[in-house]
Amino acid sequence: MKEVQIDVGRCVGCKSCEIACAVEHSAGKELFGAIFEEPQPRKRIFVQHAGEKSVPVNCRHCEEAFCVRVCPTGAMYRQGAIVLHNRNLCIGCGFCELACPFGAITRSPGSKLVTKCDLCPDREIPACVSACPTNALSFTTPEEAQRKKRRTLAEQMFLP
Amino acid sequence: MGEKSVDKASLSMLDKAAQEGIETAWDRYEKQQPQCGFGLLGLCCRHCNMGPCRIDPFGEEPQEGICGATADTIAARHLLRMIAAGAAAHSDHGRDIVTTLYETAEGEAQGYQIKDEGKLRALAAEFGIPEEGRSKEDVARDLAREAMEEFGMVKGTLNFLNRVPEKRRQLWEKLGIAPRGIDREIVEAMHRTHMGVDNDYVNLTLHGVRTGLSDGWGGSMFATEFSDVLFGTPQPVRGKSNLGVLKEDQVNIVVHGHEPVLSEMIVQAAKDEELIAAAREKGAQGINVCGMCCTGNEILMRHGVPVAGNFLQQELAVITGVVDAMVVDVQCIMPALTQVAKCYHTKLISTSPKARFPEMEHVPFSERTALDTARQIVKMAVDNYPRRNKDRIQVPDEEMEYMAGFSVEAILKALGGSLNPLLDAIKAGQIKGIAAVVGCNNPKVTQDSGHLTITRELIKNDVLVVQTGCAAIACAKAGLLLPEAADQAGPGLSAVCKALGIPPVLHMGSCVDISRILVTAAAIANALGVDISDLPAAGAAPEWMSEKAVSIGSYVVGSGVFTVLGTVPQVLGAKKFTELLTKGAQDVLGAAFAVETDPLKAAELIIEHIAAKRKGLGLEA
Repeated sequence: MKEVQIDVGRCVGCKSCEIACAVEHSAGKELFGAIFEEPQPRKRIFVQHAGEKSVPVNCRHCEEAFCVRVCPTGAMYRQGAIVLHNRNLCIGCGFCELACPFGAITRSPGSKLVTKCDLCPDREIPACVSACPTNALSFTTPEEAQRKKRRTLAEQMFLP
Repeated sequence: MGEKSVDKASLSMLDKAAQEGIETAWDRYEKQQPQCGFGLLGLCCRHCNMGPCRIDPFGEEPQEGICGATADTIAARHLLRMIAAGAAAHSDHGRDIVTTLYETAEGEAQGYQIKDEGKLRALAAEFGIPEEGRSKEDVARDLAREAMEEFGMVKGTLNFLNRVPEKRRQLWEKLGIAPRGIDREIVEAMHRTHMGVDNDYVNLTLHGVRTGLSDGWGGSMFATEFSDVLFGTPQPVRGKSNLGVLKEDQVNIVVHGHEPVLSEMIVQAAKDEELIAAAREKGAQGINVCGMCCTGNEILMRHGVPVAGNFLQQELAVITGVVDAMVVDVQCIMPALTQVAKCYHTKLISTSPKARFPEMEHVPFSERTALDTARQIVKMAVDNYPRRNKDRIQVPDEEMEYMAGFSVEAILKALGGSLNPLLDAIKAGQIKGIAAVVGCNNPKVTQDSGHLTITRELIKNDVLVVQTGCAAIACAKAGLLLPEAADQAGPGLSAVCKALGIPPVLHMGSCVDISRILVTAAAIANALGVDISDLPAAGAAPEWMSEKAVSIGSYVVGSGVFTVLGTVPQVLGAKKFTELLTKGAQDVLGAAFAVETDPLKAAELIIEHIAAKRKGLGLEA
């Protein structure tokens, strides 16, 4: 199962992932139209700065997801490897926000209902990953991501 | 984006490029996808070092830059800087022509002469310079000096405003946007857009219009008028267009860029018997000078020189493998050319001190030694001819005849000396109105499809189309600049064209020659005793990309002409500012912008607009 992988060192803080995410979650899925939509589409990934660095943060789709556990209505639920949110069941209590260790769940504009990453069900590769100009985001299996890190390490070890 | 081009010559060269592993603008466009959302929406400000700052386009934080600038301030400042850059490009071109005229008058410019003395004397009269009983050199010297004054003028407003209909001039005065010195408006634009100066998007927009007007009724108009004095006022002329004009058995020199100062001399030098003999010695049949972009337009308007293509074909010309030299001056020259040319024998030669390219050979050009330099460049091309790689040669067959050369003077002559036949045709509804279809190519649009679709739809609906720049080259390649194209026009326009022997699409020159369109519009408005904004006229830039196009858009709308843009300007994230450009401007200037990426719908907008304006004048729709 592929996941959104983050290579922290490559993020330049351009926020292209944020815009692409909001556009993908608009009705028209097109930038110039999306900015005029009501309600305004909402991003589900956040470029968080820390000192001079920045890092894109989104839902990690946890195995033992606290958000799912605390949700009193079943609005937050697991489907296979993905944690999804059913707006119709959401009562806007905000427990999932409190429970999420990453701040990846946020409110919809002008409402207490929440939104979160759904890994872009209409796309093969999530919009944030496609939009990232520096490959700070990639969509691969954890095995492949770890293998890549090991390969880089090995190459460094055998430098002359 | 769908197809890359509707031009078969372009497509065959793109196939060749793909086979040979050569990157073109279209490949680089793909690699830029997706483009930055903040940039596309005009919501990124880099004007000071507190930033860069960005505004969230979806209403979340931040909604202000560090200084407090809103989306509207940021986008308006950015657009004003684009206008300033575009106006600077046109006007600096104009200045070079004025300087050339001055040096010609002083006898210091090699190879140049005053070709249109009648126009020189008419301009002198317009500028209040005594000309009777004086030599053309004396008159030219005074006129050029007077023109130089207008760039840094301290007194009043630009002299060419005397050509503007009274109502329009009064409106500009009332709004405080009548352009003063040409350089001054550009400098002021840079000042206003500095951190913490002009923060009101309305005020910024008004100055944007004024800066544009200093280009259209200033820098560009000087470029056109003084080029006519020096090189001759264009008259209808025929020639050939598209990559097929490059000849396998000749030394091919492509002149690319914008100014006619150098290219005129290259055209002259290529006729030199000695150089032709040298070319024959190398095994070539002769020397073939071809144009590209607006330098191409300048020389085709006056000499019927073949034009190899428009903006997106510059790399493709090199890919044919038969361009022995590509000589460039200023504007719209892709730096990528050096990489493409490395794969072939083509010698690229830069000539302007203002435009250097890493790894490109530079032959400094000066008016004082112009003909010698031109000869040297032609010689370089001749010497390069034997270096062609015969296995890599493939010249597309596509070649199309055009009729161009429609200066205002030429149009008047075609009409029998007065505007009346045109006015009568408009009043009678044979011609519904006039549309200017101008501008660039842009890989965001299938090459030439925007220009061709709009133009064909307009002429079909009896709208006379006037063109300049890369749009005109697109129509040349498609055969729309031929009198025979009248068959594709509606019955009214077709009959008028056939009676006069003119095409339904008139090529009026390079991008600075949009000033010819302004002069024509003003003359028609004056003849009818109305403002330009009352005319059944419209503008379109279906494939625009350059900052010059932004300046053009602002002076065209500022002059009262509704204008449809075919690629989306970087402003949509600023909602009030966008509203001002597309609606509010109508109440203030009598004209506004529309953005429509579908060329058929854009044509519809123009046709509806023309019908409404006809109604306003009491004419049948």
